[in-house]
Amino acid sequence: MDLYGELILDHAKRPQHAGLREPYDVEVNHVNPTCGDEISLRVHLDTVAGGAQDGAAVLRDVSYDALGCSISVASASVLAEETLGRPVAQTLQTYRHLHAMLTSRGADPGDAEQIGDAVAFAGVAKYPARVKCALLPWTAYLDALARAGADISAASERPEGA
Amino acid sequence: MTTGQLAAQPLSEVEIGRIRADFPLLRRTVRGGRPLVYLDSGATSQKPRVVLDAEREFYERHNAAVHRGAHQLAEEATDAFEGARATVARFLGADPGEVVFTKNGTEGLNLLAYAFSNAGAPGALDGVDESWAQRLRLGPGDEVVVTEMEHHANLVPWQELCRRTGATLRWIGVDDDGELDVARLDEVVGERTRVVALTHVSNVLGTVNDLGPGSPVVAAARAVGALVVVDACQSAPHLDIRPLTAADSGVDALVFTGHKTLGPSGVGVLWARRRLLEAMPPFLTGGSMIEVVRMEGSTYAPPPAKFEAGVPMAAQAVGLAAGLDYLTEVGLDRVHAHDQQLMRHTLDVMADRPWLRVLGPQDPQRRIGAVAFVADGVHPHDVGQVLDDSGVAVRTGHHCAWPLHRRLRVPASTRASFGIYTSLGEIEALAEALDRVPDIFGLAG
Ligand SMILES: Cc1ncc(COP(=O)(O)O)c(C=O)c1O
Repeated sequence: MDLYGELILDHAKRPQHAGLREPYDVEVNHVNPTCGDEISLRVHLDTVAGGAQDGAAVLRDVSYDALGCSISVASASVLAEETLGRPVAQTLQTYRHLHAMLTSRGADPGDAEQIGDAVAFAGVAKYPARVKCALLPWTAYLDALARAGADISAASERPEGA
Repeated sequence: MTTGQLAAQPLSEVEIGRIRADFPLLRRTVRGGRPLVYLDSGATSQKPRVVLDAEREFYERHNAAVHRGAHQLAEEATDAFEGARATVARFLGADPGEVVFTKNGTEGLNLLAYAFSNAGAPGALDGVDESWAQRLRLGPGDEVVVTEMEHHANLVPWQELCRRTGATLRWIGVDDDGELDVARLDEVVGERTRVVALTHVSNVLGTVNDLGPGSPVVAAARAVGALVVVDACQSAPHLDIRPLTAADSGVDALVFTGHKTLGPSGVGVLWARRRLLEAMPPFLTGGSMIEVVRMEGSTYAPPPAKFEAGVPMAAQAVGLAAGLDYLTEVGLDRVHAHDQQLMRHTLDVMADRPWLRVLGPQDPQRRIGAVAFVADGVHPHDVGQVLDDSGVAVRTGHHCAWPLHRRLRVPASTRASFGIYTSLGEIEALAEALDRVPDIFGLAG
């Protein structure tokens, strides 16, 4: 089965950066009402002082507790890897590329340079019912960012080059 | 009605083969050429050709707006629709005047729930016998009882009714074996209970709730004069439900849905005792359900028309009638015996695999139609996905029974469910597909 690549199974079995941590700015809880998958996710934002990134918002911490299928748990794990310590703007770009890939019905194989380990989810795009499993942690993440006061308008722009 | 006394023979392999040939969809392949193993009839059944033909024939030969028009086609369409009602009535062992066509099971349950809250409006019960009016008026202090194993369709409408009227929702719990906790019935059903709404068969666990003579739930409801509403969506496809409408059954109303009972989607059935239908205010209003309309106000047609506003789903009703006839021709006693055979075999398959745990009663005779299970360490969605990859169609999630899953302390489950056309070979295919799960997810199978 092309859906359950080793990377997904690894992340599902050993979710990275799992567990809810202090300190945090905002915690959100999202569920997938059709299957009952749940995620609690916290973000802790910080502002860069000085240098080229002066004033930019960065993720000091992203922590989560995910209960669900291998796709949604692995997606939460990859989300943490792809967002921790990064500028918010960069993570929104990752999201845009990931979203485009997941909703492409398999036409967009994903770009590892842009989305890292999340390319492992390319196979999910062929199973429309599972796309929402992969997106659940990211939807929670965007919600948490917005509630923490970050500007997430870039999340809905088309990915560059797409 | 009790599942213990099976005189009928299960369907033979030859008979199943013949039945399967009547269902065109069962011939198709899925996921790169694999034969379809459809084990999701609890969600919706496939349709025999006679159902498709009946719908097509209605449109090709008799289509017109039912109960309107002064022409021959309108007459024929009306005859076809009313003929379908008569067939449903026969299937239920009831009077056609007590059969209301709805969009689906959900609408039938909402129609009932809204009858209670609409009864509170000024004038809604004018002309209704006071003893019946009293049974329909709900307010603070009154209680509505459901069970913890209900499909959301037989839970949320009652929650909403309570919210609108100030009544209180109570529920009969479910024990660890997936049976209703009738031992504590008297703590739930009491003098304040006005309605007891429960499912005949659980869509997740397959549990058959005892609604026959001597049923503790029905007896408790009757003792306090509460109305008994039965959700027969999961029993109608597998069981003879005529005993539920018998004069002394204690059941006041029931619903089932067409698309699970070999019929098309877009049609369901509400049956209720005539006196109740007469007393109930309408739910949806508009054309077809009226008696006299003036600008100042209107009066309503007698039931069942009072509950069928607008041009009805005639072709679907005709299709459903063909589906019900198909079931009765095979014989519901034999359909039930067949289901029992599938159930025993499926439970054996599960028992042979210690990493699987079946939810609900372990005794096959206590259940019908569905087997929900969980696999150690693998999420139900992932199990379902592997089965799908083998061509085996099952449902995963909470199956619109979230509180029941919470009660059984599982977030979700995988459910295999049967239809009249399900073969023992398909249960074997399920077993084989299940055996891929430990390999893929690295369990010690
Ligand atoms: C027990 C039960 N009740 C009610 C329903 C609702 O039926 P429908 O979705 O056709 O309205 C279903 C099926 O979904 C069911 O299984």
